[in-house]
Amino acid sequence: MNLTSPIPAAPAMGDVTFALTLGLLLIAPLAIAGVALINTGLGRSRSAAQALLGNLAMAAVAAIVFALLGATFTGTLGNTNIVLHAAGKSWSVLGLAPFLLRGLGSAAPHAQLELLFEFLAVAMTALLPWGSGADRWRLAAGVACAAILSAFVFPLAAHWVWASGWLAALGANFSLGAGFLDCGGAATVHALGGLSALAVVWIAGPRTGKFPREGLSTAMPGHNAAYVLFGCLLALAGWLAWNAAGAILWLHASLATLPGTIINTLLSASAALAATYTVTRVRFGKPDASLCANGWLAGLVASSACAAIVTPGQSIFTGAFAGIFTPLLVELLELALSIDDPSGAITVHGAAGLWGLFAAGLFAPQTGQFMAQLVGIAALLGLFLPLIYLLFFVLNRFVPFRVNADGERIGMDLHELGGGAYPEFVIHRDESYR
Amino acid sequence: MKYAGLLVMPTGFFLTLAALVMFADPPRRIAFVLCGLAVEGLGLAVAIRGHMPARGASRP
Repeated sequence: MNLTSPIPAAPAMGDVTFALTLGLLLIAPLAIAGVALINTGLGRSRSAAQALLGNLAMAAVAAIVFALLGATFTGTLGNTNIVLHAAGKSWSVLGLAPFLLRGLGSAAPHAQLELLFEFLAVAMTALLPWGSGADRWRLAAGVACAAILSAFVFPLAAHWVWASGWLAALGANFSLGAGFLDCGGAATVHALGGLSALAVVWIAGPRTGKFPREGLSTAMPGHNAAYVLFGCLLALAGWLAWNAAGAILWLHASLATLPGTIINTLLSASAALAATYTVTRVRFGKPDASLCANGWLAGLVASSACAAIVTPGQSIFTGAFAGIFTPLLVELLELALSIDDPSGAITVHGAAGLWGLFAAGLFAPQTGQFMAQLVGIAALLGLFLPLIYLLFFVLNRFVPFRVNADGERIGMDLHELGGGAYPEFVIHRDESYR
Repeated sequence: MKYAGLLVMPTGFFLTLAALVMFADPPRRIAFVLCGLAVEGLGLAVAIRGHMPARGASRP
């Protein structure tokens, strides 16, 4: 093990590029706002305030914990990595930067922007599982999960992918293209968040009454389609900026290529929406609003991996495929596999993120890029999912994830906050408790 | 069952790593990487099956 391996210096960044990237990163939080609205709208009305407060709390805790601890292990501001030497190669597994962001003011402009990008990414990662645990996941447990993700899991992935870790170095070490490519966070944010959502759903279990002894699962539709669809529009604005900033920071893309990246992002989402609209129209006779929203978001997620490296035609294909499998996988998870995922994060962020990474390898021009993407996908599925499950499983012993039966019956708002999001509503008997 | 599946998944990941280190020629390397992914898929399937609640278990 070598603790003093130097990190390659960040490339110099001109003032115009710095200002543009900073501006894009100021718009990018709209993606987080959009996802928060979608998480809230897809839950029940009696848990709406707790859902939106949870999104805020998780983003806040993620930012604080990342500043205190996570940024140290990501290694963006540091000069050293923990490097293992095996099979004649160097494997950078963890960063070692000063604690509490010391040295931030004197860091290179490029490194400061990278850190800002990581702050937004960790906030997004932390709140993705929240929608999947809607209506039964306690706020305290959600916040604790956000802290674990921000302190250990996200920094590990971010170092491997973005901060010259072993996945990023696959190109130099094994001649696999340009190394694992993920300029918009499809792996470090969305796949990680989607897999965390799966772990949460497994540990917390389904909502009471979701899977009755006989017949199909009980439909528990989201309470506000307007929140969900407006969240999609907000997410688009954020995503366009997010992918453009990611292309500058992680691919060192020139400013002339940014319009192409932004157009590809828009095309991917549009194709995904058109595909989901068509699939739900054919399957159910009418298009389904919440599934269309999920399809739109899946197109955006898939574009996170490949918008900066594919052509517009390939982007349409990537989005359309995401839009086709999203409603089918949501249905499969609920009806065949008894996975109760109210926000669809497992499909929309987990599966679509992995698909985007696969598509990036499929369409990238470099030789060996496909293999690099497969290795990254294998790391996410084979290492991060079991790791996240183990951490959450242990956490559940100390901070129980699931609210008690009475709390679930009266709703998370009244149980955890003492008041509802819509106080003028009359709380009625739940028909699912039949 | 549920934990066995999750334990199988890292095995697939290490198979993928081994493929990178052991094989230099792309066809063999990609074959072993795909085998590693298949093992992970198998583990995931077992984990999903193990976590499926019994029908009616979510009744109040």
